[in-house]
Amino acid sequence: MSGTFVGMPAFPKNAAKAVQNSQLRFNLRKATHTIRGKRAAVVGELDDWAELREAGKAIKDHTLRNLDRYLLQMEEKVTEAGGTVHWARDAAEANRIVARLVKETGETEVVKVKSMATMEIGLNEALAEEGIEAFETDLAELIVQLGDDFPSHILVPAIHRNRAEIRELFLKKMAGAPKDLTDEPRALAEAARLYLRQRFLEAKVAISGANFMIAETGTLVVLESEGNGRMCLTLPKTLISVVGIEKLLPAWQDLEVFLQLLPRSSTGERMNPYTSMWTGATEGQEFHLVLLDNGRTSVLADKVGRQALRCIRCSACLNVCPVYERAGGHSYGSVYPGPIGAILTPQLRGMDTPLDRSLPYASSLCGACYEVCPVAIDIPSVLVDLRGKARHPRTEKAGMAAAGWVFNRSKRLAKAQRFGGRMRRLVPKRLPGPLSGWTDTRDLPDIPAESFRDWWVREGGADGRRPAVPPVGNLPQESRKK
Amino acid sequence: MRVALFITCVNDTLFPGTGKAAVGLLRRLGVDVEFPLAQTCCGQMHLNTGYRDEAVKLANRFTETFAGYDAVVAPSGSCAAMVREQYPHLDIEDIPKVYDLSEFLVDVLKVTDVGAYFPHKVTYHPTCHSLRGLKVGDRPTDLLKMVRGLELVPLPGAEECCGFGGTFAVKNRDVSAAMCADKIGNVMKTGAEVLCAADNSCLLHIGGTLRRQKSGVRVLHLAEILASTEESAE
Repeated sequence: MSGTFVGMPAFPKNAAKAVQNSQLRFNLRKATHTIRGKRAAVVGELDDWAELREAGKAIKDHTLRNLDRYLLQMEEKVTEAGGTVHWARDAAEANRIVARLVKETGETEVVKVKSMATMEIGLNEALAEEGIEAFETDLAELIVQLGDDFPSHILVPAIHRNRAEIRELFLKKMAGAPKDLTDEPRALAEAARLYLRQRFLEAKVAISGANFMIAETGTLVVLESEGNGRMCLTLPKTLISVVGIEKLLPAWQDLEVFLQLLPRSSTGERMNPYTSMWTGATEGQEFHLVLLDNGRTSVLADKVGRQALRCIRCSACLNVCPVYERAGGHSYGSVYPGPIGAILTPQLRGMDTPLDRSLPYASSLCGACYEVCPVAIDIPSVLVDLRGKARHPRTEKAGMAAAGWVFNRSKRLAKAQRFGGRMRRLVPKRLPGPLSGWTDTRDLPDIPAESFRDWWVREGGADGRRPAVPPVGNLPQESRKK
Repeated sequence: MRVALFITCVNDTLFPGTGKAAVGLLRRLGVDVEFPLAQTCCGQMHLNTGYRDEAVKLANRFTETFAGYDAVVAPSGSCAAMVREQYPHLDIEDIPKVYDLSEFLVDVLKVTDVGAYFPHKVTYHPTCHSLRGLKVGDRPTDLLKMVRGLELVPLPGAEECCGFGGTFAVKNRDVSAAMCADKIGNVMKTGAEVLCAADNSCLLHIGGTLRRQKSGVRVLHLAEILASTEESAE
């Protein structure tokens, strides 16, 4: 994955900084709640959404089970249609292939369609080292690139920026920006348009990803909103597409499902403005497809985790995630932030760094992500499974072992409760060590003198039977007062 | 029908009042609820923190303890969801039939008016595992609406997580506190005296913050409101 995030601290530390940033909190809340509402409205319009979701999941699962076959079919069809297929085991290999292909054209500049796969492998940085400049043409990606910034959202990578910041950035970094540029969205978009138009007309090489690949016909599909993709995909002489191997769909007909699932889940639109499809190369043009593994095969080998490969990068999970909303995208230290990032990044990169180990814990397991996922990825279950594979802190391990020991015998639990009941006046208001995380912002509850089970036995309730004396409903007025 | 109460380790240890209320309520409705003393914890904390082996041990212990019961009632949406939703992932066999309290009242006993009296302004937080795990829907609020004297006010952003999340509250303290701050902001907007939920773990977190801020809002488990009667209120 991109080297740009290397060396970042663990998620909780990054998030602690982000929650203090009131401008970021405001931007994120406004943006995510707006898209969330739009998504809910357009999803609600379809009576068969549950069936579509089930179909999306089934098609993806079928494809992943037969990926070897469909990949070879894809290669065959693309080759037949005049394209060239390259296989890349990892980021380094993919970057080498793309750099070589660009050099062979003799060009030193390329235009780019927004693509998660090329960000994942850090293609722009790799090309820069080879003396090739890559221009992002998606408006938000352009903003991120001009600002030497990291993306913080899959769909809206500059979600952390407001329009005043964007105006400043354009004036400082974008060649030809009008001196009297205002921060009106229309004015900002117009300035970017004029700047990008020049790039489109000059570019001889374009680099893209793809939302889908159709094995049956060898067709690639890109969905977008701005039309910049269409420009890149049609004008330049050479097109290089870097696509993760999990983006395959068996047949043209499968698009029926995904062209409904993706726009509604992603931008909250019934249909996205531009859908471009191409098969191989047109006469006089060149097309290269780089099929990217970069850890995907090992994800596929994991029984629980492999469902993450169903992801169609819609980012609906980000827009409903309460943790993402407060922590922001940069805290995840990956081009894949939010709930999907929390299960994808540790699987693709492994859990060797403190950051990658902390990602499966970057969730309260509230389940909102699973509910909106258009391909029904059970993100909470994958998070829990990854937690089971992560290395745990020593003190936590000791604590969990002790708790397990107590819970394995009810008599031990009863003893521990009685001990706690006797000590209840001695519990400090602030707990030490990692537990201070609880008492920093919360009071502890009053520890009761008697546990429920001791009360049950005292009331004459034998094991499994009701108490001899029927208890009355307790008095709420007395409960939990200080 | 043999009915057992699964009190849950948190309620057993920290909130016996909720257990007493559940027993009182069920007896008032004619249910001869039993309490197997061998019960301890469903294993949720271990599983969700990444200690699967310990969780499996506790899950097996749970199924043994409650074998033979027609229904197991738990006054905790999240512990009930652990048994119903997560045990199958752990390959646990013969999982007992577990109900959250509101499900048991509405679906099994088929009552929504439990004869309760609670003359206070109350708002209800649905809690994630009840809402999205068990999918209890409107059952808790249907029950609350029938409580005499109770004024139920809707909670803005009710379906949003409060930020508890078990060990998440400690591991990601800042995000957890930020989520709770927003939840509390919404609670305060309602003007309610009491915040009710069907899960004391979430209430431990929200209630602990409300108390630290000296907000004057109390938290109460659904069982405790449903158990109160005119006699007990005096």
